[in-house]
Amino acid sequence: MSEPTTTDQTLQELAEREYKWGFTTPIEQESLPPGLDEGVVRAISARKGEPDWMLQWRLKAFRHWSTMAEPKWHNVHYPPIDYQAVSYYSAPKNAKDGPKSLDEVDPELLKTYAKLGIPLKEQELLAGVAVDAVFDSVSVATTYKGKLNELGIVFCSFSEAVREHPELVRTYLGSVVPATDNFFASLNSAVFSDGSFVYIPNGVRCPMELSTYFRINAANTGQFERTLIVAEEGSYVSYLEGCTAPKRDENQLHAAVVELIALDRAQIKYSTVQNWYPGDKEGKGGIYNFVTKRGACRGFRSKISWTQVETGSAITWKYPSCILQGDESVGEFYSVAVTANRQQADTGTKMIHIGKNTKSTIVSKGISAGRGQNTYRGLVKILKNAEGARNYSQCDSMLMGDECGAHTFPYLEVRNETAQVEHEASTSKIGEDQIFYCNQRGLSNEDAVGMIVNGFCKEVFRELPMEFAVEAQKLLGISLEGSVG
Amino acid sequence: MLEIRNLHAAAGGKPILRGIDLTVKAGEVHAIMGPNGSGKSTLAQVLAGRDSYDVTQGTVRYRGEDLLELDPEERACKGLFLAFQYPVEIPGVNNTYFLRTGLNALRKARGESPVDAVDFLALAREKMKLLDMDEAFLARPVNVGFSGGEKKRNEIFQMAVLEPALAVLDETDSGLDIDALKVVANGVNSLRSQERAFVVVTHYQRLLEYIVPDFVHVIAEGRIVKSGGKELAHKLEAEGYAWLEKEPAAAKAAR
Repeated sequence: MSEPTTTDQTLQELAEREYKWGFTTPIEQESLPPGLDEGVVRAISARKGEPDWMLQWRLKAFRHWSTMAEPKWHNVHYPPIDYQAVSYYSAPKNAKDGPKSLDEVDPELLKTYAKLGIPLKEQELLAGVAVDAVFDSVSVATTYKGKLNELGIVFCSFSEAVREHPELVRTYLGSVVPATDNFFASLNSAVFSDGSFVYIPNGVRCPMELSTYFRINAANTGQFERTLIVAEEGSYVSYLEGCTAPKRDENQLHAAVVELIALDRAQIKYSTVQNWYPGDKEGKGGIYNFVTKRGACRGFRSKISWTQVETGSAITWKYPSCILQGDESVGEFYSVAVTANRQQADTGTKMIHIGKNTKSTIVSKGISAGRGQNTYRGLVKILKNAEGARNYSQCDSMLMGDECGAHTFPYLEVRNETAQVEHEASTSKIGEDQIFYCNQRGLSNEDAVGMIVNGFCKEVFRELPMEFAVEAQKLLGISLEGSVG
Repeated sequence: MLEIRNLHAAAGGKPILRGIDLTVKAGEVHAIMGPNGSGKSTLAQVLAGRDSYDVTQGTVRYRGEDLLELDPEERACKGLFLAFQYPVEIPGVNNTYFLRTGLNALRKARGESPVDAVDFLALAREKMKLLDMDEAFLARPVNVGFSGGEKKRNEIFQMAVLEPALAVLDETDSGLDIDALKVVANGVNSLRSQERAFVVVTHYQRLLEYIVPDFVHVIAEGRIVKSGGKELAHKLEAEGYAWLEKEPAAAKAAR
């Protein structure tokens, strides 16, 4: 057919939908001038009043980074990044002394969160969600702290953890993602601004979902978050990370690092909804999101589960991974990645089986629309001593329109003959047949597409905590599925 | 209810329908028969608004409106239902949710309030009895992993819930064994009424033993070449379609 059909038009409209959260908050920023050298690393550390060991750690990372080249193996394309043109630190001025409570928080900031639909004051009323909100680089508010304290749970900004729990930070920082791990992780290690720290003591089940909303605001300021979660023996925690970013014309660099450590029988569930500004229809603007996320299942029967819904960013580069060291440990990765307009995503996971009878599950759903390019890249590695290791991988791609692309690169390295590895993959074009069938039952094109996409992602959405599942579905322009059935 | 005049349609530039004329009144059941490739399924798809066919000539009026001007979902909302020859699978979307969303779209178009999940479940259970369906059906994803017979039953179940004014059944009998055929036919018969019309597209006379039509039309090469009562179906069953070719006058007259 040469004429564009109504279905194509709807797909196009969906694909070209405007980014709804594009706005900036006029708060005075105290930023460092652009550029990166040892002086900048020292300045960041000094501003945060860090101890010498922390500074030395950063410097080591920086020196290593200086010898590294940006990776080129990925299937994403962008103009060269000038790392000397980026400002590596910005903090809301009024937050310099650190607010003692929400009342001390800059009202402009609270308004920003309200626009994003996360009014902090109401968060306290929301069932079981404690929020450590990161506005650009400095944590501005933490709720539910008291209740968590009683259980011995630490949930605070990374800066605070460096001050208050240096022994924990020194033990675990860089133990999963070393400062020399990769180009972007090293950059983060040198200049990370802030982030979150979680510590769950022996046998404690964290009674609420821990949640952090990240947000980039200052123009041209890179965002370098650092998250460290330690779950002691027999503990459990569910951590939610969600982000939206305001509209900007220049590309913004984002290089986060997340490290998870699960000891014997500990479980960590880490969920992400990522909605950074994806750029406009022509691909102008948008976040460059280079993230290193890795979890170590160190203990016997420990479990780490990653769930991500990636709808934003111009470039997404991330591979939340599990190192399955402990015998009978379990790693899971559930992912929905959407690329529309000119978005590009190269995302997947690594499951490294070291311990005996370790198990991993990978479910990846890629949706490409417009001129989006979506790549799944995953590694399943079974080491020599990993007797009885098992992996199940499923990678499904959905295409909307005929200008987008889906790519799958599954890597398998199996060195133990008792291993069982299964891989399933499918690519489908969102069916004209499916849409027509829905139309014939009374559904508009938009509702039909929403329903089909929602169904396609269901296996991932059901891994998300409820409030996140709702947000994820909204992000895909989908109304929540009915409660019956 | 439905007036088709000199309807021509093509797919990819290739003419398939070459001048269909057909009038269907409320309360009537019309059977459309014909050999493979004659255009009978195309007619069903064109009526439902499938955009892979281009209507090149002719008119279709449906309840006083120009049907061809309406989008497929508008046709559905105005009471036109197509039971698909090949029902489509929608992984991850459960039957109940799918059908309730459809029903509520129709209700909205009629200015009625939406049916909530509880009321819908009661309605669905009642209609399922008509088709001797297991309740587990409701929780399964739309047509995924259904047998051929289950898919066809599901179509008639959907029809029973949506209660269309005009139902077009496209080879609903294909792939059904005799027991399933009877169940499906019973479902259809229970929906027959003075207000509702059916267009039943089928290759075989067998279905018409159970869904007895008021009129039978034979399509060949994109035209209706013969119309009659239900006895015409018997003649086709006994003699096949070949005898039609010996009556070129009929075909020419229709041109």
